Amino acid sequence: MDSTSLVPVIDELRGTFGDAVIEVTVHSGDTFVRVDRDRIHEILSHLKHTSRYIYIVDVFGIDRFTADDRFEVVYNLVNLAQQHRIFIKTRVTESNPVLPTASDIWSGANWNEREVYDMFGIKFDGHPDMRRIFMPEDFKHFPLRKEFPLLGIPGSIELPNTTPDPE
Amino acid sequence: MSYQQQLNDQGFLTTSVDALVNWGRSNAVWPMPMGLACCAIEMMAFAGPKYDASRFGSEVFRFSPRQSDLMIVAGWCTYKMSHAVRRIWDQMPDPKWCIAMGACASTGGMHRCYGVVQGIDNFLPVDVYISGCPPRPETLINALMQIQNKIREYPTTTLDA
Repeated sequence: MDSTSLVPVIDELRGTFGDAVIEVTVHSGDTFVRVDRDRIHEILSHLKHTSRYIYIVDVFGIDRFTADDRFEVVYNLVNLAQQHRIFIKTRVTESNPVLPTASDIWSGANWNEREVYDMFGIKFDGHPDMRRIFMPEDFKHFPLRKEFPLLGIPGSIELPNTTPDPE
Repeated sequence: MSYQQQLNDQGFLTTSVDALVNWGRSNAVWPMPMGLACCAIEMMAFAGPKYDASRFGSEVFRFSPRQSDLMIVAGWCTYKMSHAVRRIWDQMPDPKWCIAMGACASTGGMHRCYGVVQGIDNFLPVDVYISGCPPRPETLINALMQIQNKIREYPTTTLDA
Protein backbone atom coordinates (compact mmCIF):
# COMPACT_ATOMS: atom_id res chain seq x y z
CA MET A 1 0.00 0.00 0.00
CA ASP A 2 1.45 3.39 -0.95
CA SER A 3 2.39 5.97 1.64
CA THR A 4 -0.28 8.49 0.63
CA SER A 5 -2.94 6.25 2.10
CA LEU A 6 -1.52 6.94 5.58
CA VAL A 7 -2.07 10.66 5.32
CA PRO A 8 -5.66 10.51 6.65
CA VAL A 9 -4.39 8.92 9.87
CA ILE A 10 -1.69 11.54 10.32
CA ASP A 11 -4.15 14.32 9.53
CA GLU A 12 -6.57 12.90 12.03
CA LEU A 13 -3.85 12.68 14.70
CA ARG A 14 -2.76 16.26 13.98
CA GLY A 15 -6.35 17.46 14.07
CA THR A 16 -7.07 15.75 17.37
CA PHE A 17 -3.81 16.27 19.23
CA GLY A 18 -2.33 19.35 17.52
CA ASP A 19 1.19 20.13 18.71
CA ALA A 20 1.58 16.78 20.46
CA VAL A 21 2.49 15.32 17.05
CA ILE A 22 6.06 16.56 16.83
CA GLU A 23 7.51 14.98 13.74
CA VAL A 24 6.40 12.68 10.90
CA THR A 25 8.93 10.84 8.76
CA VAL A 26 8.53 8.24 6.03
CA HIS A 27 11.32 5.76 5.55
CA SER A 28 11.33 2.61 3.38
CA GLY A 29 7.58 2.85 3.05
CA ASP A 30 6.97 2.97 6.81
CA THR A 31 5.61 5.96 8.65
CA PHE A 32 7.15 7.11 11.92
CA VAL A 33 5.33 9.58 14.11
CA ARG A 34 7.12 11.17 17.05
CA VAL A 35 4.76 12.43 19.72
CA ASP A 36 4.90 14.27 23.03
CA ARG A 37 5.59 11.89 25.94
CA ASP A 38 2.95 13.59 28.15
CA ARG A 39 0.16 12.63 25.74
CA ILE A 40 1.44 9.23 24.58
CA HIS A 41 -1.24 7.28 26.43
CA GLU A 42 -4.08 9.35 24.95
CA ILE A 43 -2.64 9.02 21.47
CA LEU A 44 -2.16 5.26 21.72
CA SER A 45 -5.65 4.85 23.11
CA HIS A 46 -7.05 6.95 20.27
CA LEU A 47 -5.15 4.88 17.70
CA LYS A 48 -6.57 1.65 19.08
CA HIS A 49 -10.16 2.65 19.75
CA THR A 50 -10.83 5.17 16.99
CA SER A 51 -8.33 4.36 14.23
CA ARG A 52 -8.54 0.58 14.90
CA TYR A 53 -4.84 -0.17 15.19
CA ILE A 54 -5.81 -3.24 17.16
CA TYR A 55 -2.56 -5.22 16.86
CA ILE A 56 0.56 -4.17 18.77
CA VAL A 57 3.42 -5.95 17.04
CA ASP A 58 6.29 -4.73 19.17
CA VAL A 59 7.46 -2.20 21.71
CA PHE A 60 11.15 -1.49 21.85
CA GLY A 61 13.62 0.99 23.23
CA ILE A 62 16.48 2.89 21.66
CA ASP A 63 19.46 4.34 23.49
CA ARG A 64 20.31 7.47 21.48
CA PHE A 65 23.21 8.23 23.88
CA THR A 66 22.50 11.96 23.78
CA ALA A 67 22.63 14.45 26.65
CA ASP A 68 18.93 15.29 26.53
CA ASP A 69 16.04 12.93 25.78
CA ARG A 70 18.38 9.99 25.79
CA PHE A 71 15.92 7.12 25.35
CA GLU A 72 13.31 6.55 22.71
CA VAL A 73 10.45 4.03 22.91
CA VAL A 74 8.85 2.85 19.67
CA TYR A 75 5.44 1.24 19.35
CA ASN A 76 4.85 -0.81 16.21
CA LEU A 77 1.10 -0.86 15.48
CA VAL A 78 -0.91 -2.50 12.73
CA ASN A 79 -4.44 -1.93 11.52
CA LEU A 80 -5.38 -5.38 10.27
CA ALA A 81 -8.52 -4.29 8.39
CA GLN A 82 -6.69 -1.70 6.29
CA GLN A 83 -3.29 -3.40 6.44
CA HIS A 84 -1.62 -0.25 7.75
CA ARG A 85 1.49 -0.22 9.86
CA ILE A 86 2.47 2.82 11.89
CA PHE A 87 5.37 3.43 14.26
CA ILE A 88 4.75 5.76 17.22
CA LYS A 89 7.87 7.10 18.90
CA THR A 90 8.36 9.08 22.05
CA ARG A 91 11.41 10.18 24.01
CA VAL A 92 12.22 10.11 27.71
CA THR A 93 15.11 11.60 29.67
CA GLU A 94 17.84 9.63 31.39
CA SER A 95 17.05 11.19 34.79
CA ASN A 96 13.34 10.31 34.66
CA PRO A 97 12.87 7.30 32.35
CA VAL A 98 9.17 6.72 33.00
CA LEU A 99 6.29 6.29 30.55
CA PRO A 100 2.64 5.41 31.09
CA THR A 101 1.97 1.77 30.29
CA ALA A 102 0.19 0.66 27.13
CA SER A 103 -0.69 -2.72 28.61
CA ASP A 104 -4.13 -1.43 29.64
CA ILE A 105 -4.81 -0.66 25.95
CA TRP A 106 -3.28 -3.79 24.41
CA SER A 107 -2.62 -6.72 26.80
CA GLY A 108 0.07 -7.81 24.35
CA ALA A 109 2.21 -4.85 25.38
CA ASN A 110 2.77 -6.43 28.80
CA TRP A 111 5.83 -8.55 28.05
CA ASN A 112 7.22 -6.10 25.48
CA GLU A 113 7.30 -3.38 28.11
CA ARG A 114 8.95 -5.72 30.58
CA GLU A 115 11.63 -6.36 27.96
CA VAL A 116 12.18 -2.61 27.46
CA TYR A 117 12.48 -2.24 31.22
CA ASP A 118 14.90 -5.18 31.43
CA MET A 119 17.20 -3.90 28.70
CA PHE A 120 17.04 -0.11 29.14
CA GLY A 121 15.63 0.55 32.60
CA ILE A 122 12.67 2.51 31.26
CA LYS A 123 9.81 2.09 33.74
CA PHE A 124 6.19 1.87 32.68
CA ASP A 125 3.81 3.53 35.08
CA GLY A 126 0.71 1.47 35.86
CA HIS A 127 2.15 -1.77 34.48
CA PRO A 128 0.67 -4.74 36.40
CA ASP A 129 3.96 -6.67 36.70
CA MET A 130 7.02 -4.45 36.22
CA ARG A 131 9.75 -7.09 36.67
CA ARG A 132 12.70 -8.15 34.58
CA ILE A 133 11.80 -10.69 31.91
CA PHE A 134 15.13 -12.09 30.59
CA MET A 135 17.92 -11.28 33.03
CA PRO A 136 18.05 -12.71 36.57
CA GLU A 137 15.88 -10.72 38.95
CA ASP A 138 18.82 -9.69 41.14
CA PHE A 139 20.77 -8.34 38.15
CA LYS A 140 21.63 -4.68 38.70
CA HIS A 141 22.45 -3.37 35.23
CA PHE A 142 20.63 -2.64 31.97
CA PRO A 143 22.47 -4.53 29.22
CA LEU A 144 21.38 -2.62 26.11
CA ARG A 145 22.44 0.77 27.44
CA LYS A 146 25.41 2.00 25.46
CA GLU A 147 27.75 2.24 28.45
CA PHE A 148 27.24 -1.44 29.31
CA PRO A 149 30.24 -3.52 28.13
CA LEU A 150 29.62 -6.13 25.42
CA LEU A 151 30.83 -9.05 27.52
CA GLY A 152 28.99 -7.90 30.62
CA ILE A 153 30.40 -7.02 33.99
CA PRO A 154 32.47 -9.92 35.40
CA GLY A 155 30.82 -11.45 38.43
CA SER A 156 27.53 -9.60 37.94
CA ILE A 157 25.70 -12.85 37.15
CA GLU A 158 26.37 -15.83 39.35
CA LEU A 159 27.71 -19.10 37.93
CA PRO A 160 26.72 -22.39 39.58
CA ASN A 161 28.72 -23.76 42.45
CA THR A 162 31.24 -26.22 41.02
CA THR A 163 31.96 -27.94 44.31
CA PRO A 164 29.36 -30.66 44.83
CA ASP A 165 27.55 -30.67 48.14
CA PRO A 166 29.01 -33.19 50.61
CA GLU A 167 26.67 -36.13 50.98
CA MET B 1 32.52 -83.66 36.40
CA SER B 2 35.52 -82.13 38.04
CA TYR B 3 36.14 -78.38 38.02
CA GLN B 4 39.26 -78.88 35.93
CA GLN B 5 37.41 -80.99 33.42
CA GLN B 6 34.75 -78.31 33.13
CA LEU B 7 37.37 -75.61 32.40
CA ASN B 8 38.98 -77.81 29.78
CA ASP B 9 35.67 -78.45 28.06
CA GLN B 10 34.33 -74.92 28.03
CA GLY B 11 37.55 -72.87 27.70
CA PHE B 12 38.62 -69.81 29.72
CA LEU B 13 40.63 -66.65 29.49
CA THR B 14 42.51 -64.60 32.04
CA THR B 15 42.14 -60.85 32.36
CA SER B 16 42.24 -58.11 34.98
CA VAL B 17 39.11 -56.73 36.62
CA ASP B 18 40.08 -53.27 35.33
CA ALA B 19 40.10 -54.47 31.75
CA LEU B 20 36.77 -56.24 32.11
CA VAL B 21 35.01 -53.35 33.83
CA ASN B 22 36.42 -50.81 31.41
CA TRP B 23 35.41 -52.97 28.46
CA GLY B 24 31.87 -52.92 29.77
CA ARG B 25 31.84 -49.25 30.63
CA SER B 26 33.37 -48.05 27.41
CA ASN B 27 30.88 -49.95 25.26
CA ALA B 28 27.79 -48.76 27.09
CA VAL B 29 28.27 -45.01 27.42
CA TRP B 30 24.71 -43.77 27.74
CA PRO B 31 24.45 -40.10 26.85
CA MET B 32 22.44 -37.46 28.66
CA PRO B 33 21.37 -35.20 25.77
CA MET B 34 21.70 -31.59 26.89
CA GLY B 35 20.47 -30.12 23.62
CA LEU B 36 20.46 -26.37 24.05
CA ALA B 37 20.56 -25.13 20.45
CA CYS B 38 21.06 -26.15 16.82
CA CYS B 39 23.89 -28.60 17.68
CA ALA B 40 21.15 -30.79 19.16
CA ILE B 41 19.90 -31.51 15.63
CA GLU B 42 23.31 -32.96 14.74
CA MET B 43 23.30 -34.85 18.02
CA MET B 44 19.98 -36.45 17.01
CA ALA B 45 21.48 -37.41 13.64
CA PHE B 46 24.33 -39.01 15.58
CA ALA B 47 21.83 -41.26 17.34
CA GLY B 48 19.73 -41.89 14.23
CA PRO B 49 20.03 -44.78 11.76
CA LYS B 50 22.47 -43.18 9.28
CA TYR B 51 25.30 -42.46 11.71
CA ASP B 52 24.05 -45.04 14.22
CA ALA B 53 25.56 -44.46 17.63
CA SER B 54 24.40 -47.94 18.64
CA ARG B 55 27.51 -49.31 16.93
CA PHE B 56 29.33 -47.85 19.94
CA GLY B 57 26.71 -48.81 22.51
CA SER B 58 25.54 -45.22 22.91
CA GLU B 59 22.15 -45.27 21.24
CA VAL B 60 20.21 -45.10 24.51
CA PHE B 61 19.67 -41.40 25.11
CA ARG B 62 18.66 -41.28 28.73
CA PHE B 63 16.47 -38.34 29.68
CA SER B 64 17.14 -39.07 33.32
CA PRO B 65 20.53 -38.01 34.66
CA ARG B 66 20.42 -40.94 37.10
CA GLN B 67 20.84 -43.42 34.27
CA SER B 68 23.44 -41.71 32.10
CA ASP B 69 27.23 -41.61 31.95
CA LEU B 70 28.00 -38.95 29.38
CA MET B 71 26.64 -35.43 29.17
CA ILE B 72 26.66 -33.98 25.65
CA VAL B 73 26.22 -30.22 26.00
CA ALA B 74 25.07 -29.30 22.50
CA GLY B 75 24.63 -25.57 22.08
CA TRP B 76 25.17 -22.25 23.78
CA CYS B 77 24.50 -22.01 27.49
CA THR B 78 23.22 -18.87 29.17
CA TYR B 79 24.04 -17.93 32.73
CA LYS B 80 20.45 -18.69 33.67
CA MET B 81 20.60 -22.16 32.08
CA SER B 82 24.03 -22.94 33.55
CA HIS B 83 22.46 -23.56 36.97
CA ALA B 84 20.09 -26.17 35.53
CA VAL B 85 22.91 -27.84 33.56
CA ARG B 86 25.16 -28.03 36.61
CA ARG B 87 22.32 -29.41 38.71
CA ILE B 88 21.69 -32.19 36.20
CA TRP B 89 25.44 -32.89 36.03
CA ASP B 90 25.56 -33.20 39.83
CA GLN B 91 22.69 -35.71 39.68
CA MET B 92 24.57 -38.02 37.31
CA PRO B 93 26.23 -40.92 39.10
CA ASP B 94 30.02 -41.33 38.94
CA PRO B 95 31.89 -42.17 36.78
CA LYS B 96 30.71 -39.60 34.27
CA TRP B 97 32.12 -37.76 31.27
CA CYS B 98 31.29 -34.59 29.43
CA ILE B 99 31.49 -33.48 25.80
CA ALA B 100 31.33 -29.77 24.90
CA MET B 101 29.78 -29.98 21.45
CA GLY B 102 30.37 -27.11 19.05
CA ALA B 103 31.97 -23.68 19.18
CA CYS B 104 29.34 -22.19 21.50
CA ALA B 105 29.56 -24.82 24.21
CA SER B 106 33.37 -24.81 24.01
CA THR B 107 34.05 -21.06 23.97
CA GLY B 108 30.81 -19.12 23.69
CA GLY B 109 31.32 -19.01 19.92
CA MET B 110 29.53 -16.25 18.10
CA HIS B 111 27.48 -15.48 21.21
CA ARG B 112 30.09 -13.11 22.54
CA CYS B 113 27.80 -11.24 24.90
CA TYR B 114 26.77 -10.64 28.49
CA GLY B 115 24.13 -13.37 28.73
CA VAL B 116 26.03 -16.42 27.48
CA VAL B 117 28.67 -18.33 29.45
CA GLN B 118 31.90 -18.12 27.44
CA GLY B 119 32.54 -21.87 27.44
CA ILE B 120 30.84 -24.45 29.64
CA ASP B 121 34.21 -25.35 31.19
CA ASN B 122 33.51 -22.38 33.46
CA PHE B 123 31.26 -24.64 35.49
CA LEU B 124 31.66 -28.21 34.14
CA PRO B 125 34.71 -30.51 33.88
CA VAL B 126 34.84 -31.08 30.11
CA ASP B 127 36.61 -34.16 28.72
CA VAL B 128 36.35 -33.57 24.97
CA TYR B 129 35.77 -30.34 23.06
CA ILE B 130 34.37 -30.46 19.52
CA SER B 131 34.92 -27.59 17.10
CA GLY B 132 32.46 -26.69 14.37
CA CYS B 133 29.28 -24.70 14.00
CA PRO B 134 27.55 -27.07 14.17
CA PRO B 135 29.90 -30.07 14.05
CA ARG B 136 28.90 -32.95 11.82
CA PRO B 137 27.70 -36.18 13.47
CA GLU B 138 30.98 -37.91 12.50
CA THR B 139 32.79 -35.45 14.75
CA LEU B 140 30.57 -36.39 17.65
CA ILE B 141 31.26 -40.06 16.95
CA ASN B 142 34.96 -39.23 17.01
CA ALA B 143 34.53 -37.50 20.36
CA LEU B 144 32.67 -40.52 21.68
CA MET B 145 35.54 -42.77 20.55
CA GLN B 146 37.99 -40.53 22.38
CA ILE B 147 35.85 -40.84 25.50
CA GLN B 148 35.91 -44.62 25.03
CA ASN B 149 39.71 -44.57 24.79
CA LYS B 150 39.86 -42.45 27.92
CA ILE B 151 37.64 -44.90 29.80
CA ARG B 152 39.80 -47.86 28.70
CA GLU B 153 42.94 -46.20 30.04
CA TYR B 154 41.39 -45.30 33.37
CA PRO B 155 42.33 -47.72 36.19
CA THR B 156 38.82 -48.29 37.50
CA THR B 157 39.15 -50.61 40.44
CA THR B 158 42.28 -49.16 41.98
CA LEU B 159 41.09 -45.55 41.97
CA ASP B 160 37.61 -46.31 43.22
CA ALA B 161 38.90 -47.91 46.42
